[in-house]
Amino acid sequence: MSAVESGEQLGGIDTIRRGIHHSPELVEGAGRTLALAVVASLGQVIVPVAVQQTLDHGLNHAGGPDVSFTVWMGVAAAIALVVASWASYLMTARLFTAAERGLATLRTKAFRHVHDLPMLTQNTERQGALVSRVTSDVDQISQFVVYGGLLLVVSVGQMLIASVVMVVYSWQLALVVWICFVPLFATLPFFQKRLSQAYTIVRRQVGALLSAIAEPVVGAAVVKAYAVEARTQQRIDEAVAENMAAQIRTQSLVASFFSLGGLAGGLALAGVVVLGVELGIHGNLTSGKILAFAFLVSLFVGPVQTGSQILTDAQNAVASWRRVIGILDTPADLVDPGADGVTLPRGPLSVTFEDVSFAYPGGVPVLHDVSLQIVPGRRVAVVGETGSGKSTIAKLLTRLMDPTTGSVRLDGVDVRQIEGSGLRRSVVLVPQEGFLFDDTLAANARYGRIGATDEEIVAAAADLGLGDWLAGLPHGVLTRVGQRGEALSAGERQLVALLRAQLADPDLLVLDEATSAVDPALEMRISRALERLMLGRTSVTIAHRLTTAENADEVIVVDHGRIVQRGPHRDLVQQEGSVYAGLHASWMAQQRA
Amino acid sequence: MERASTMDGLKVLAVAIRREPWIFTLSTVGSALFGALTVADAWVLGWSTDHVILPAFRTGHIGTGWLIAVVALFVAVAIGRAVGVIARRLGAGVMQYRMQAHYRRAVTRQYLRLPLAWHQAHPTGQLLSNANADVEAAWAPIAPLPMAVGTIAMMVIAVAQMFLADTVLACLGMLVFPAVILTNLAYQRRASPLITRAQQLRAELSEVAHESFDGALVVKTLGREGEETDRFAAKARELRDTNIRAGRIRAAFDPTLAALPDIGVLVVLSVGVIRVLHGHAAAGDVVQIGYLLTIVAFPIRSLGWVLGEFPRSVVGFRRVQHVLDATGGLEYGDERLPALSGDGIRGGARLELDGVAFAYEPQQPLLSGVTFEVAAGRTVAIVGPTASGKSTLTTLMSRLVDPDAGRISVDGIDLREFAPGALAEAVSVVPQTAFVFDDTVRDNVTLGGEYADDEVWAALRAAQADGFVAALPRGLDTRLGERGTSLSGGQRQRISLARALVRRPRLLILDDATSAVDPEVEQRILAALRGATGASEGGATLVVVAYRKATIALADEVVHLDGGRILACGTHEQLLVTSPAYAELVNAYETELDELAETEVER
Repeated sequence: MSAVESGEQLGGIDTIRRGIHHSPELVEGAGRTLALAVVASLGQVIVPVAVQQTLDHGLNHAGGPDVSFTVWMGVAAAIALVVASWASYLMTARLFTAAERGLATLRTKAFRHVHDLPMLTQNTERQGALVSRVTSDVDQISQFVVYGGLLLVVSVGQMLIASVVMVVYSWQLALVVWICFVPLFATLPFFQKRLSQAYTIVRRQVGALLSAIAEPVVGAAVVKAYAVEARTQQRIDEAVAENMAAQIRTQSLVASFFSLGGLAGGLALAGVVVLGVELGIHGNLTSGKILAFAFLVSLFVGPVQTGSQILTDAQNAVASWRRVIGILDTPADLVDPGADGVTLPRGPLSVTFEDVSFAYPGGVPVLHDVSLQIVPGRRVAVVGETGSGKSTIAKLLTRLMDPTTGSVRLDGVDVRQIEGSGLRRSVVLVPQEGFLFDDTLAANARYGRIGATDEEIVAAAADLGLGDWLAGLPHGVLTRVGQRGEALSAGERQLVALLRAQLADPDLLVLDEATSAVDPALEMRISRALERLMLGRTSVTIAHRLTTAENADEVIVVDHGRIVQRGPHRDLVQQEGSVYAGLHASWMAQQRA
Repeated sequence: MERASTMDGLKVLAVAIRREPWIFTLSTVGSALFGALTVADAWVLGWSTDHVILPAFRTGHIGTGWLIAVVALFVAVAIGRAVGVIARRLGAGVMQYRMQAHYRRAVTRQYLRLPLAWHQAHPTGQLLSNANADVEAAWAPIAPLPMAVGTIAMMVIAVAQMFLADTVLACLGMLVFPAVILTNLAYQRRASPLITRAQQLRAELSEVAHESFDGALVVKTLGREGEETDRFAAKARELRDTNIRAGRIRAAFDPTLAALPDIGVLVVLSVGVIRVLHGHAAAGDVVQIGYLLTIVAFPIRSLGWVLGEFPRSVVGFRRVQHVLDATGGLEYGDERLPALSGDGIRGGARLELDGVAFAYEPQQPLLSGVTFEVAAGRTVAIVGPTASGKSTLTTLMSRLVDPDAGRISVDGIDLREFAPGALAEAVSVVPQTAFVFDDTVRDNVTLGGEYADDEVWAALRAAQADGFVAALPRGLDTRLGERGTSLSGGQRQRISLARALVRRPRLLILDDATSAVDPEVEQRILAALRGATGASEGGATLVVVAYRKATIALADEVVHLDGGRILACGTHEQLLVTSPAYAELVNAYETELDELAETEVER
């Protein structure tokens, strides 16, 4: 079974490059956004510069305080502030818009692609992981781009501009400030790594906590019936305690790094004043400039304090991005010939298997050189023990997978050459468990035929002899079926699946018979509806019941991946010592019991 | 109940403060220290301007003592602040996580204590979010709380300092504070509905993806990928637009909030020059007030953060409190069934139901006047159409709920007289929907009980689960459940059955517990059950809810239930003859097939 690409082999830069390739909206107008970001960042140094100017040329003016200069300075700074704020607004809004647009596109693309992946129908336990790739992973990227990413851009801009201004004022003082912050930058990767590990543990603990808490809720009946409350409580208490410990550990890391930032700021201030005075009395620096430095130092503290957090978020976002790209990089196993493909004519189809073998990637073969001909309009039952390969035949017929060697033909055409949507029109599978969506019965039936009216649905139900059943439901076709159809019984869910197939009006019907026991009255309805559904179509039923085999025109017996017997029931049952005779005996035992 | 005032929010916080007074005090003192020292920075700066920088520039001479004092002051303030910030952040975190942990434990204790009937009256998703999202929401305001309290302390000091420095400038500067708070509140008022909506849309989007991938077989075989993508894309677009709208609001408010103290500083400077000119203020005072404004303006927003969390917090707290206030629970006696006999073989128990009635809603009785007896070691099948009360009966027999009237007893002891846990030692019930714990196969069978691997394998064998368990990558140690290997419905049912069998119960109740298992496998299970429990001599008493005729035929006796009442009791053969309704029920399927066969012939 092929796995979804994890994307782990992608480097950080490659990830971003590929990500942008998939969501071109992200970089649309990026130049202008960046220009706005520069203007917005300049806003950060307006006040320190204004303070310096005011002090040196206004307050400490040689001939006493200069009011008009100060006021003009204030007005100019206010205007600059408005401009910078406006730029900041435009930049943020553009960033949000571009990021959300790009990620919505990425999300939708990935979702569509998941439906083309074979593991979705083959390896059901991966579904949860696939869901998180199109939901929380994309959210993680989005959160980072618009919060962390924005902060990162602004912080870096702020520090760069503050540095430039500091160097212009006094390179010596700038050096002092930098020396105070360098150790912090040096330890940043170390803290970031620790923090990232701590977050990983938190996430894992949260998962464990959720599953522990689900126990007394989802498993309430079992926990109570077996009186294992104490054990369940103990497991929850442990998970709660571990979760708390992990959170507190993370918080300590964040707090200690945060406080180091403040410490560096304090040292820098002290250094600036001492060296500033030293430089000042030799006439190299004004008092206004020293104070401006004090303000500029504060522009360093914030970004450094949040730096480790931002880097961790960035790392998580890139990891999420990788996982989403991983989906798009996983090849869809089945290639739809699209418009170049053949369109099948209407009417019952003939089925041909020509030397078909099948093995799951890396697995042992489950079908060996199967050859088979089914005449149009025939009703065929495929029987065999569990694991004989009979379900594989259904999956190959409906092209959920392609044979490893040989070919499956419908009306003489290899299924791989049939246009995808046309194939789905002609061939319909009714699976064992008729999955229902949390919507009305009518909406579920419409999966069979888009745009079918309520009247058409009622008529289709009547065709299957389900009119009175439908009428007996509280809201008829508008009855809501609940999550996974849980408002209906298992038997009723099967009826909806049949109704769906009736609306789809296929030319080849493939049925995977349900094994679960249902109310006998419903069982009766199901078999009657099935009978009517099969009329006028070729049908292949993966059968578990004697009656299905008895009623078929022809029975195909599969054993260890090969067809060992075929013919009508009454002939096969005569063949003593055969696989079919064995199956028949066990069915009879159940019936007669 | 959804409207939450600031007062309600403060009351929720008061609960947390009363519960964790010391940590709250520690973090608040830390925050106040941080706040005070942040202000002190400005004071040190102002002081050094007046006493060190300007005199030094005037005289061209540095007083070394002054310089050392400046350095010492700055460093001392910085260290004090570092201590304060650690106390504040760590304290807030510890307090928040402790409250979460405390309430999670309390809520789950309630879940374990409250009877099944209470569980059935509340949706699963709601109960899960009560213990997770609601607990988190309730205590979310704790995170910024110490900072907010510290900010208030800082503001008081800052304002006092500003007034000490210069009254007029202080009054001007003060205007910044209400401006920041009001702007922040306006932002939250406009943004929070959008943020809430986005959160909801994320949940909806996830549901669409979950459902669509879950139903992939239907989607794929009917070629509905395009329609499903449209359905997903519509939600994704809605989420995108909501996020963009919220983003635009933030884009407008963020620079405004940042600009307010800046404007305050500019105004103070301009007016300050005039005050200095007229000799009303010193240059250092102007600088100090300007600096105070910039450092206090940002933390003021933490007040808004606390207030902003209030609505969610109050709603979450009320939901959690609703669970904690729930009353009810089963009363227990102190009876136990006699201990195991020496050789470990346990005889079947006698089960009696006498006039049992039960209803969730008084006007809709589910069971009434149910009376029957199952002799020790016998097998009884309960047969009836959908919704006839069969499953309810099994929950009563295993005392997951108590009857409204009548009496159920095992070996003559009323179920209500058993000591806690004592009934479970004798009676095992296997429900129709098998629950698999997020744990290993072994643990799923033993549920922490002391059973040797041999016993576990024997139980798995009887449940016909030994084959697929042996094929699992790590055998008994394979992890099952959400984060482990997933099993088919039939496999889950068999694990759940083995869980009951390993306990060697004296009464075993199967509520259609093999419905998803192949009929042939089911037959083997039942045969093994009767063999394992030794139906004839001293084996477990077996009560089976069943649909399949072959299963029913295995029972010594049949109880035919319809509409919550017993229609008939007797052996399968007897009932087929004496009860037409019974014959119709169990033969419905075959009769219909015969009719079909006939119409086929006619065609």
